[in-house]
Amino acid sequence: MIQLEKRPTPSKFWTWTTPVLAVALTMIAGGLMFALLGKNPFLAIKTIFYDPILGEFAFYYRGQLLVKAGPLILIAVGLAMGFKAGIWNIGAEGQYIMGAIVGAGVGLAFYPSDSPLILPAMILAGAIGGLLWAMIPAILKVKFSTNEILVSLLLVYVAEQIQAAMALGLLRNPDATGFPGSRNLAQWDASANLELIAGTGMHLGVVAALIAVIFAYILLSRHLMGFHIQLAGQSPKAARFGGVNPTRLVIFCMAISGALAGLAGLFEVTGPAGQISINFNSGYGFTAIIVAFLGRLHPIGILLAGLLMALTYIGGEAAQATLGIPAAAIQAFQGMLLFFLLGVDVLSNYRIRFLRKGVA
Amino acid sequence: MNLTKLLAGTALALGLATAAAAQDKTKVGFIFVGPVGDGGWTYEHNEGRLAVEEHFGDKVETVYQESVPEGADAERAMTQMALGGADLIFTTSFGYMDPTINVAAKFPDVKFEHATGFKRADNVSTYSARFYEGRAVQGHIAGKMTKTNKIGYIGSFPIPEVIRGINSAYIHAKKVNPDVEFSIVWAYTWFDPAKEADAAKALIEQGADVILQHTDSTAPQAAAQEAGNVITFGQASDMAEYAPMPRVSSIIDNWAPYYIDRVQAVMDGTWESTDTWDGIGPGMVEIGEITDAVPAELKAEAEALRDSIGAGEYHPFTGPINKQDGTAWLAEGEVADDGTLAGMNFYVEGLTGDIPQ
Repeated sequence: MIQLEKRPTPSKFWTWTTPVLAVALTMIAGGLMFALLGKNPFLAIKTIFYDPILGEFAFYYRGQLLVKAGPLILIAVGLAMGFKAGIWNIGAEGQYIMGAIVGAGVGLAFYPSDSPLILPAMILAGAIGGLLWAMIPAILKVKFSTNEILVSLLLVYVAEQIQAAMALGLLRNPDATGFPGSRNLAQWDASANLELIAGTGMHLGVVAALIAVIFAYILLSRHLMGFHIQLAGQSPKAARFGGVNPTRLVIFCMAISGALAGLAGLFEVTGPAGQISINFNSGYGFTAIIVAFLGRLHPIGILLAGLLMALTYIGGEAAQATLGIPAAAIQAFQGMLLFFLLGVDVLSNYRIRFLRKGVA
Repeated sequence: MNLTKLLAGTALALGLATAAAAQDKTKVGFIFVGPVGDGGWTYEHNEGRLAVEEHFGDKVETVYQESVPEGADAERAMTQMALGGADLIFTTSFGYMDPTINVAAKFPDVKFEHATGFKRADNVSTYSARFYEGRAVQGHIAGKMTKTNKIGYIGSFPIPEVIRGINSAYIHAKKVNPDVEFSIVWAYTWFDPAKEADAAKALIEQGADVILQHTDSTAPQAAAQEAGNVITFGQASDMAEYAPMPRVSSIIDNWAPYYIDRVQAVMDGTWESTDTWDGIGPGMVEIGEITDAVPAELKAEAEALRDSIGAGEYHPFTGPINKQDGTAWLAEGEVADDGTLAGMNFYVEGLTGDIPQ
């Protein structure tokens, strides 16, 4: 008989070994699936995990890894602060959209100026847009004790409607004879968030993500607010006795996560996406929740988790285009990775005991 | 900033040169907005791809990527294909317009073909089909078949292509049934079976007994089948598995001849940037078999309408037609010009509701 025994603290050894184990298990299970689909499993695994980093076209893929990982990390770092404190902002996707809309709106109000102040103003507006959108669930929570999970999630759908309305109305490109979508912000020099070094994928959003990781690390390990966050998450009662102001904590965590999501949206819409269209959001806000937990709510962990998620996306696309593997199989493969990553966590949190029958 | 752009271009071009040297087959790429098994829009584009493979055999290699979101991800998918040595890339959804132009600028030696857009470049062509010709036949049948005089229409995005279809269907339904009313629901998606089914059910509950769709899945057909006594039309593909009821006919996009032509042109080195907009006449739009659920007399009328459009004797937008606000658009006998049709952003007189904006 096998028995699970909870460890008093997670095992250090397994905490660092389980991710590697999970990737190995995914390769085996995924390889089996690819083989069943009639594809060469070794080639498929190599295309997904090796080619984007060291393959023939890695010079392009490596940059794309950063482009894809940047917004995920930026959003996840903000979310992790709240999650650590037990504040569940599930609506980062909505804050991402609103940041992009407000930022783009501020920029387009000055079109076609070429002032160098436009992009900085848009960045500020993007952060504020996301922050204010996150303030709705935050204030409702502290004033009326509403559930921030529901409110923030439902506000995503509201944001999507506003996005459609903006792409069709207020922000529509007046030169695009009847077609929806804003002007292309990546092609307007004053608002373009271009790669800082060509071909590296390193745009301002990626830089912002790295800065956010560093700041979050310092905040959580060195600052009193970080201590309050940890305390509130581990023991809300103790936190209250310890002088943590729960209202301030909710506002702070929601504001940070909203502002970072808004920034991610703004950097995306001025760079890789280029314009506010009816459906320009591509689910980063939701994927970032997975990234946050995958990174164990730790800033450095999130950095690595974001890069790993990006790798499965980029490598998965490459496997589709070069090997003809169906999109659904790639999604299943990503699902396996998450399943194994969370599944093997059992090893770090529990000790496995093999008991002989009859011995009690 | 210009220097960085230039450097990026050179870096990519270098990669391309090494990729191109390693192959002799013509490589053709396809970017799809939905899964190839959607049974509608993407399915037909994939049929075109398969026709290219069959026609050219060993001389071509095709690659595709499905369910590519319309946004930043599309640009990467196209770049991947170009880097992978594709000579010609078809990008098959409206939302790929800017990404196509951007990627094409970085790969001047690769030819691009963007479906349903309006931006072209030296190495970017556009192509689309005159779906509105099929909508005229559809509207005629729908107008005569409806008993409740309520026709539900599931729109995807309020772009000219979709608005043209609504107008054309409405004009021809109204012609045979002055009491007909259209209810239009915007789904804001090309492919989302759950949303499409919800829209169809809502329209049926409001009394619609004909459902027209401009979205890509067969979910509305299934919803109509479940409701019974509701008719539908296959969209983009024949959707014959729902015949004879609810699917009484269909508009089929036939891309195969165009794709074969364009691939041939790349092989021959005669490819040029063009703007193609073909309809029933050249065979890019086909009307799927009209089933026995439609009375024989009406079937004959519909087929006659189809043939006269195909022969160029009748244009679905022939005056007198007023705009929704009552102002005159086309005078008696006047025919709409392609420019106005391409950018159509208004309803014709009689349609209710506003185009979202």
